[in-house]
Amino acid sequence: MHRRQFLTWTGAFIALAALPIKAWSAVWNTPAFQSSKLDEAMHLLGVAKPMPSDKIVMTAPDKAENGAVVQVQVRSHLANTQSIAILVEKNPTALIAQFDFVSGVVPDVITRIKMAETSDVTAVIQADGQYFFSKKLVEVMENGCG
Amino acid sequence: MADNIKMRAQLKNGVTEVKVLMSHPMETGRRKSDFGDTIPANFIQLVTVYLNQQVVMQAQWGTGISKNPYLTFYLAQAKQGDVIKLEWQDNHGKRGEGEVSVS
Repeated sequence: MHRRQFLTWTGAFIALAALPIKAWSAVWNTPAFQSSKLDEAMHLLGVAKPMPSDKIVMTAPDKAENGAVVQVQVRSHLANTQSIAILVEKNPTALIAQFDFVSGVVPDVITRIKMAETSDVTAVIQADGQYFFSKKLVEVMENGCG
Repeated sequence: MADNIKMRAQLKNGVTEVKVLMSHPMETGRRKSDFGDTIPANFIQLVTVYLNQQVVMQAQWGTGISKNPYLTFYLAQAKQGDVIKLEWQDNHGKRGEGEVSVS
């Protein structure tokens, strides 16, 4: 391979490799995370017309002794799941986390969240460009937001 | 920086389970100290996961993730020996990262 050709290809490769990282060097969604209202936070996430789905499996305790640490698992069985968002309606700020799947990740996450008081925990899934949700009530014995 | 993340990745039945524990105070900015001062917000905002240097997952977190965040996720295409890296960045721009090989 000639030197010039090699350089062109290398340059093109580097540009291509850098592209997704640039595109992903996200941008924390400040307004969505600062919103105190569930509906508003969902709207700011771009969630439109979410439909209830039994293909979302959410595992969370019925009763949480300590709201500072509530383990939640969200698994989506919806084809082409692109993202999972977790929201707690009665927290000072509703949006807890948003996970975006790029490739090769099973849409199944477990994390531990804070809950200020008894509330529904809502999981919103984007799959094939559409939005689906599932929710579960978690009773909180001792608040964890301080 | 690796000391502030503990990671484990195990291949089981074709799926790699990755468990991560990060050290971070995750302050909401609403808590008061014993002296009545508000403790400033200090929390992880962005989490990026790489499989062999390719981004596979990106997360945005708010103040509602518990102190010393715990995360489990599953990779469908990882093989034994593959390298999984996780990077976080908090609201002060502080970064942390951890790496683990699939076993």
